[in-house]
Amino acid sequence: MRPLREILAVAPPSRRRLALSVALGAGAVLAAVGLLTTSGYLISRAAQRPEILALGVAIVGVRFFGISRALLRYAERLVSHDLAFRALTDLRSHLFRRLVPLVPAGLPGLGRGELLGRFVGDVDSLQDLYLRGLMPPAVAVVAGAGAIVVAFLILPVAALVLALSLLAAGVLVPLVTRAANRRAGRRQGAARAELTGQVLEVATGSAELAVAGRADDWIARADASGARLAELQRSDAVAGGLAAGLLTAIAGAAVVVMLAVAIPAVDSGVLAGVMLAALALLAMASFEAVAPLGVAAAGIDACATAAGRIEAVIDREPPVAEPARPLTPRRGVLRFDRVRFRYEEDAPWVLDGVDLALSPGRAVALLGPSGAGKSTLAELAVRFRDPTLGRIELAGVPLAAMAGDDVRAAVRLAPQDAYLFTSTLRDNVALGRSGAGDAAICEALEAVGLGPWLDSLPDGLDTEVGEAGAKVSGGQRQRIAAARGFLAAADFLVFDEPTAHLDPAGAADLQRRIANLAADDGPGVLVITHERAALDAFDEVLELRAGRIVTG
Amino acid sequence: MSSSRQDPEARVRARATQRRLGKASRAARAQLAATVVLGCLATALIIAQATLLAHIVVDAFLGGASLSALVPQLAWLLAVSLARGTVDLGFEATGRIGASRVMAELRSRLVRHLLKERPGALSGERSGALAAATVQGVDALEAYYARYMPQAVLAALTPLAILAWAVPRDWEAAAILAVTAPLVPVFMVLIGRLAEGATRRRWQRLSRLSARFFDLVGGLETLRANGRAEAQADSIAAAGESYRRETMATLRVGFLSALVLELLAMIGVALVAATVGIQLAEGSLGLTAGLTVLILAPEVYMPLRRLGSEFHAGADAMAAAEAIFEVLDRPVAVSAPADPIPAPDPLDAPLLLEGVEFSHAGREPVLRGVDLRLAPGETVALVGPSGGGKSTLLSLLLRLAEPDAGAIRCGGVDLRDVDPEAWRRRVAWVPQRPTIFAGTIADNIALGRPDAPRSEIEDAALDAMLGPVVGSLSEGLDTRVGDGGRRLSAGQAQRIGLARAFLLDAPLLLLDEPTAHLDAGTEREVVAAVEHLAAGRTALIVAHREAAVRGADRVVELRDGRITTPDGSPSDLLGHIWPKRSEGLGGVTA
Ligand SMILES: Nc1ncnc2c1ncn2[C@@H]1O[C@H](COP(=O)(O)OP(=O)(O)OP(=O)(O)O)[C@@H](O)[C@H]1O
Ligand SMILES: Nc1ncnc2c1ncn2[C@@H]1O[C@H](COP(=O)(O)OP(=O)(O)OP(=O)(O)O)[C@@H](O)[C@H]1O
Ligand SMILES: [Mg+2]
Ligand SMILES: [Mg+2]
Repeated sequence: MRPLREILAVAPPSRRRLALSVALGAGAVLAAVGLLTTSGYLISRAAQRPEILALGVAIVGVRFFGISRALLRYAERLVSHDLAFRALTDLRSHLFRRLVPLVPAGLPGLGRGELLGRFVGDVDSLQDLYLRGLMPPAVAVVAGAGAIVVAFLILPVAALVLALSLLAAGVLVPLVTRAANRRAGRRQGAARAELTGQVLEVATGSAELAVAGRADDWIARADASGARLAELQRSDAVAGGLAAGLLTAIAGAAVVVMLAVAIPAVDSGVLAGVMLAALALLAMASFEAVAPLGVAAAGIDACATAAGRIEAVIDREPPVAEPARPLTPRRGVLRFDRVRFRYEEDAPWVLDGVDLALSPGRAVALLGPSGAGKSTLAELAVRFRDPTLGRIELAGVPLAAMAGDDVRAAVRLAPQDAYLFTSTLRDNVALGRSGAGDAAICEALEAVGLGPWLDSLPDGLDTEVGEAGAKVSGGQRQRIAAARGFLAAADFLVFDEPTAHLDPAGAADLQRRIANLAADDGPGVLVITHERAALDAFDEVLELRAGRIVTG
Repeated sequence: MSSSRQDPEARVRARATQRRLGKASRAARAQLAATVVLGCLATALIIAQATLLAHIVVDAFLGGASLSALVPQLAWLLAVSLARGTVDLGFEATGRIGASRVMAELRSRLVRHLLKERPGALSGERSGALAAATVQGVDALEAYYARYMPQAVLAALTPLAILAWAVPRDWEAAAILAVTAPLVPVFMVLIGRLAEGATRRRWQRLSRLSARFFDLVGGLETLRANGRAEAQADSIAAAGESYRRETMATLRVGFLSALVLELLAMIGVALVAATVGIQLAEGSLGLTAGLTVLILAPEVYMPLRRLGSEFHAGADAMAAAEAIFEVLDRPVAVSAPADPIPAPDPLDAPLLLEGVEFSHAGREPVLRGVDLRLAPGETVALVGPSGGGKSTLLSLLLRLAEPDAGAIRCGGVDLRDVDPEAWRRRVAWVPQRPTIFAGTIADNIALGRPDAPRSEIEDAALDAMLGPVVGSLSEGLDTRVGDGGRRLSAGQAQRIGLARAFLLDAPLLLLDEPTAHLDAGTEREVVAAVEHLAAGRTALIVAHREAAVRGADRVVELRDGRITTPDGSPSDLLGHIWPKRSEGLGGVTA
């Protein structure tokens, strides 16, 4: 329950709205109780054949309760849904903010599918927390108490019967539901996330699976996950059935007990006979107050699991600690000083004493075998990770003393596997500089050699690039990411393999243009590359080999 | 508000969706039947309970019966109550179990569709949207199958049964019920129509919101590198807020249906109570009958009201279902012929592309008449500017898409007449960015031959120059990679893709830039291994770099949608394609 409390603390529902919706919900239940009780009295009284006029008050009462019941219910639903949506909105953006510092280095062992499953599926399931989890118990308490008071006014001992039976239903039904689906409720979220991961894998790798003739295996896998989920839902269904059945049975039994105490009271003259039907109907109607509690118990359990799974992600220690009092970066040399880095405690060193100095206005090319640690070095330069040993300084100040976002504003990385968002070409390039105008965007696209392609697009900058860039070619994707770097106004630009997938002429041209960015007192440029064309445009060519920098 | 009266097309679509949802429920036929039976039982028990209760009350109130005289009747009442509880248990559980079956079946159909009918790099599918449809979309259907459908059964049964019982006993009250009860569904449908368009829009908004969140979480690293994560967190909040406002606007209308139903039901009960009361006061009705009718009156409306409160869940489900059926309805990318010809072997006969044209939806044509001949056993390098259509061409050869015009033939057979799956078995393909599936390195290499012996997997890894990589890992080939596993560098992932091709003994090799992320040294070794692999096979290798092309028998260039280079040996063409090749090469050697 702890994660649930944390979630509630993050997205607290407004007290006023909560109180209002509970009041409305309880009012609706009590109006229904009033309706049946009054009509029970009405017809019993009528059976004594009084003047029709004597029934007037009861008839009006019946109508009043009927109409107010409907209106209260409508208002309650609006208020409570509004409350739930507000809370969910807060929650989404809050969780996203908590996730930000953990990416890319802070989530080892957690795949993209799993992550997305948790963040989309589990967050959505928290939507039920307010509507189906928290509200019903509050309504049950208020409305139940109201019904008991009414019973007390009619016959004190009836209040006792009603109180006990409502309590029995209110406690027993949730307990049984929870016991029946404890495991199922807990595991559903995990099963859902697993399925999400599988579907994502299938969606991204469908062509390869089809060509490799493995489609059937993956279908079987997804079917197995789907079957597991269905299995869990089945046990959930049994729990739901138990809750519903138990409630009906207890309500019926309560009416029997109510009659058993009320009939002697009529006999002994403590209770007027006209009130007998009213009491029986009161008992029946009151159970509406506790009816949603079974579902609520299951809902709270499921939400607690979802919250726990989310907490397990965002409670991780950010891999890079933000300084308490960050210094602002100044323009100067970006220096790696005997930097050593490894991914795990006793893994071999990926970087094993890297010394490197980048200065504004100078262009450096970094070569090196695949897997040598070039991309790792780039991640260190923008403080996505900290060196295991040694230090990295900007203008003499350690990167660790500056806020990560400030470092990344000063040192801009165009990553090797840059992500293209499901949006337009314009939005994707404009990521490089917020508020960039169309002219600047076109210029950047021109600079990376995409000018002719842009001209050929019927929708121009409005062209959708598809999910994760599915609608552009490999080289185009790489260059769109590079174009972001061309737009950026940073002191250092780091490009990780911008020319992969380009034809030789295009690659040489792009490489030269990137090197030229440094000219005329421009930013410092570091290009990680395997492309040996146009290396003469760089001020320095280095190579990363066996964890160290050697001059190329 | 676009009411459906102005939008007959939407009406038709909604009806079609409903029909298909009904059809999809076939997996739960047994459960639905059980629901009907249990519904009948429940109705009978409701009437029994009301009658017993009325008798006991009247006997005690007017008859002056004592508790001991009423014990047997009270015992009966208790028994009926317990029986009702049992039936309710069954009713609720079967509905939901049925729903879980239908949902599992629909999920399976979605995944099958993705892998069997539209696999492919060319489709540009939105995997986030697909995952949302498969997981959340299908979940939204639960409300339909588990609650809406069973409630609809009850709503049809219970009111009729109770009316049939009431008419002979108190026709005036029965008349009130008979007039008001049918109004409930009528209003429900009317208001439902009013809210229909808005509900669909809302669902679309929601799936877009979900997909967007998906997208942002997926690309978070890129956002952070560009200093945009904070701004996106704000935009998530803003999008959520506008979704809330829009949703509340639709709900105000959507909940109206519940309001009207509730009003009708409550007024109905109040009217019955008053009528019964007046009849009793006039002495034209007995109290037992009157009380029973009064107890039963709310039960007439109960299933209808429940149906009403499930209505917007049902409407949500309809909208979700439309999204799901939309996915399932997309045409098959490459249809299998009715009676397929056995797949020809590209080692027996040349593979011919004749006037092949292709354009992606909404874009300029990419291929404008490609003619190419791959002789058996020949290695052809395909070069050309980025975005020229090389990967597209490979997709056509893989039969992941159909050419718009022209044909691909092998040994006189048009590939359109061959079962695509059979043809693909003849091909080993290394895509531009190979997907690493969650599993071990060995599993990944063995993708095309899951039963390959370990020794062959090891050989394939060595051939693809993965030796040093695997050697440096403590768990070697059993290291877990892909989603949730160790991250591979781009060049390492590329070589896993190559190792897959080495392990497959396929006559046709299609390699899309197999050395894109490799340094010159590794590239040279990989190229040598590829040359070895290509010996005795037909190979088409997309490449940009000179080293990768050296071993080819021929180099062809794809430019402006056509193969523009005349056939020639690589050395003839190198000067043409790599004009400045000596320029940048000095200085650095790997
Ligand atoms: N998150 C990680 N956990 C463990 N090992 C990792 C992780 N990321 C990378 N590695 C390993 O660290 C080494 C260096 O990887 P890196 O991506 O920096 O290489 P690279 O020089 O950029 O290679 P390429 O040219 O192929 O892109 C590789 O062996 C890689 O498998
Ligand atoms: N799914 C798609 N939808 C729309 N357009 C697409 C899609 N896939 C590719 N394209 C476009 O088709 C053209 C050819 O793409 P293709 O991937 O075949 O090029 P390529 O020659 O392989 O380029 P590269 O060398 O950069 O990989 C490009 O302009 C690309 O933007
Ligand atoms: Mg790299
Ligand atoms: Mg390509």
